[in-house]
Amino acid sequence: MITLEVRDLVAGYGPVRVLEGVSLDLTGGEVVVVLGANGAGKTTLLRAISGMIPVQGAVRLDGVDVAGRRPEALLRKGVAHVPQGRGTFNDLTVEENLRVGGFTRTSAEVAEDTERWLDLFPRLRERRDQRAGSMSGGEQQMLAIARALMSRPSLLLLDEPSLGLAPLVTADVFSSIHSVVGELGTGVLVVEQNANLALGIADRGYVLETGSIVSSGTAAELSADDSIRRAYLGV
Amino acid sequence: MQLFVQRVFDGLQAGVIYAILALAIVVIFRASGLLNFAQGELAMFTTFIAWTFLDAGVPWWAATILAAVVGFGIGALLYRLLIVRLGGPAGNPLAIVIVTIGLFLILNDGAGIIWGANPAKVPRVFGDGRVEVLGAGISVQVLGLLGVLALLVIGFGLLFQRTKLGLALRAVTSNQESAGLAGVKVMTTLMIGWGLASAIGALAGTFTASQNASVDTNMMQVALIYAFAAATLGGFDSPLGAVVGGLIIGLVSELVVGYVDVIGPDLRLLPGFVLVLVVLLVRPQGLFGSAQVARA
Repeated sequence: MITLEVRDLVAGYGPVRVLEGVSLDLTGGEVVVVLGANGAGKTTLLRAISGMIPVQGAVRLDGVDVAGRRPEALLRKGVAHVPQGRGTFNDLTVEENLRVGGFTRTSAEVAEDTERWLDLFPRLRERRDQRAGSMSGGEQQMLAIARALMSRPSLLLLDEPSLGLAPLVTADVFSSIHSVVGELGTGVLVVEQNANLALGIADRGYVLETGSIVSSGTAAELSADDSIRRAYLGV
Repeated sequence: MQLFVQRVFDGLQAGVIYAILALAIVVIFRASGLLNFAQGELAMFTTFIAWTFLDAGVPWWAATILAAVVGFGIGALLYRLLIVRLGGPAGNPLAIVIVTIGLFLILNDGAGIIWGANPAKVPRVFGDGRVEVLGAGISVQVLGLLGVLALLVIGFGLLFQRTKLGLALRAVTSNQESAGLAGVKVMTTLMIGWGLASAIGALAGTFTASQNASVDTNMMQVALIYAFAAATLGGFDSPLGAVVGGLIIGLVSELVVGYVDVIGPDLRLLPGFVLVLVVLLVRPQGLFGSAQVARA
């Protein structure tokens, strides 16, 4: 079980500020969704939390401030990040992608977990020796998630898993995420535009607009909120 | 027949050097996606270091190993202190290419200042002996070098395909950001990649010196051009391809110069490059290179 506390996080790229003081919490095996439109700062938020860009403010894991630590260090503290665009190793095979994902684990653990995720994602097993770049977007997303899980994280950061996927495939990806994290007790912070599916698997959510959190609540509350329904659910 | 065998081995003798240097280029390319135009001059520089050890009475094999170790350090530091500041693999590739060309000049002049521009004598590492193969006298030197080359290819093949370090090197090349997110220590991995390449370069240099029986500041320049051709022919991401490419270019150059009268020694560079051109027209990724796979 892990607790994540983000306090007054400010981050951007050079002179451009994208996050204007974001605070959010995640406890234990919660699935928390951050909803936001293009350009709201969703990707920046995850990049800031996992140490890929310089930040001001606090990112606390189990009470310890880890803001400014490199991704390699955060991974060793249990934070795995599936970046936007999935970040698969296109030139490596499916199995090699998983092995890189388990880079910080022992080879016995890697062998065990590889079988486990190949069982869970049979499509990946069929393509075990195929190069990742030759797979479809949905398969690559499954691979990216399996790769992140190889490090046995206590917190999984997911950057728009629905990006570029057909609706049916997206639904498939979300149901996989749901069943995996339910079983493992992994906390998940997922940023999404696809509010319907994301709220479907989330316990709680936040709404991010131009770099600030503008509302928050349980998944049920957010789904019922009229302004959110209009802005993100398309109803 | 005797002449043919002689020419084949002469070609292989030149080809081995291109192959080893091409291997260094490919290792850097695989580790960091960058081309190091100073690879040949680095090899020359470390060869002078080997020569310094030799001159101090160290046996040739120990001097070669020491030079490779020093080469490893120079390559790793070069990456850490220079290439990283230019952004590493994410930096502007043109800027990095220009900087490696600058290094080429610095190392060339630097070696001249330190060790003098006149060639220095070195012994042949595998001796001056000859063995008879199909009536032709083949120097033990060529056979020894072919053996070393085979060991290098097997060693690096295993390194890239079978070890955790090799997996890290390939992951960093394929997607540096994701490699970091997976816990790979990107900077250290790239330093090791550059170090390994420079160590291989040191071997290419000491073997060249041993073939020429001398070491001088310009000894690697033609070899570098051939090595780039070899890497292009074999495929920039394939260590085996680099080596096969190097041997083919050495062979083709020697045989064409030997048997085609219009192409005399003055046009020695031509046949290898014509071959590269023809192969690239048919297989743009090179003989053993993997074609880029587009993201679906």
